[in-house]
Amino acid sequence: MNRYYWIVGAFAALVVLLAVGLGLNPRDVPSPLVGKPAPAFTLNQLAAPEKTFSPKDMQGKVWLMNVWASWCVSCRAEHPILVEFSRKVDVPLIGLNYKEVRGDGSFDMSKMSPEEEKKLAWQRANQWLSEHGNPYTLTAMDLDGRVGIDYGVYGVPETYIVDKTGIIRMKHTGPITPEVLSKKILPLIAELNK
Amino acid sequence: MKRWLPLIFALFVVSTATATDSATEAALAADPVAEKRLQGLSEELRCLVCQNQNIADSNAELAQDLRREIRGMIKAGKSDKEIVDFMVARYGDFVLYRPPVKGITLLLWGGPIVLMLLGLLVLRSYLKKRARRLVEEERPLSADESSRAEALLKDTNAS
Repeated sequence: MNRYYWIVGAFAALVVLLAVGLGLNPRDVPSPLVGKPAPAFTLNQLAAPEKTFSPKDMQGKVWLMNVWASWCVSCRAEHPILVEFSRKVDVPLIGLNYKEVRGDGSFDMSKMSPEEEKKLAWQRANQWLSEHGNPYTLTAMDLDGRVGIDYGVYGVPETYIVDKTGIIRMKHTGPITPEVLSKKILPLIAELNK
Repeated sequence: MKRWLPLIFALFVVSTATATDSATEAALAADPVAEKRLQGLSEELRCLVCQNQNIADSNAELAQDLRREIRGMIKAGKSDKEIVDFMVARYGDFVLYRPPVKGITLLLWGGPIVLMLLGLLVLRSYLKKRARRLVEEERPLSADESSRAEALLKDTNAS
């Protein structure tokens, strides 16, 4: 009899282990960047192409960086939340447009000149924002995705929270849900702004 | 079906031909040593978009970008360790198919050994029990036991 308890117990433990494992999100990869300085970059701005943006411009402020692209389907789902966030919360929200043209997959990049790519990227990004609303203080254009690599971007949308000293305090991969916003992002912003 | 086979085959050839990165092949011809290093490195690194493929196999956008990045670093004379550190600094230990042994991965590395030891212990105790049982079963009856058995047999024969 004792032996059956053992087998049932071991089986139950295995079920619990697998249930927990299946409940985890395999996309939720812990970022090594949390707690480290936001990688430096200089990129042209969407609204004012002659101007550039660098993370060091934000020194002394708590700010958010949201990685997006017009071809990114989940960004569309997330967008209304960002628009509402930008209306309610007075925190700079910087957009990082990630591989607007190259990431689309429907363009043959070997046939496109850098000027053409630039023109198309600006046009597509501007159109997307005018259609869906623009929550961003400004958007920096990462045409070839190099800055994305420095930030460990692997699935757009992604969101980073950077503190006043330029340290990344949180990274969220995937669309921001109302729960993530109210339970994680807003409390962290409030704490960092103290 | 037979009529379609050549067409299917042609489609397959075309699709694989476009899938291989022509830039990769050109680079391979130009510098076989560097490309071999790239191949070796990218087989050790996970593609985060399609998590069960490595960067060498994956044709995802990000994998292509990362191969380009690794190629650049090889050209710049970086060592394999520097390149792997570059990837870990951005994507974490998760990019490594061979995660380092440390606190959080102890169960991952030690788990199989612990399970095997447990299995061996269970096996040993089972075999011991079994051997004891066999010895018991094969032991000749003692004088007392055999007389009892005989009495029982007689009893059943009589009735």
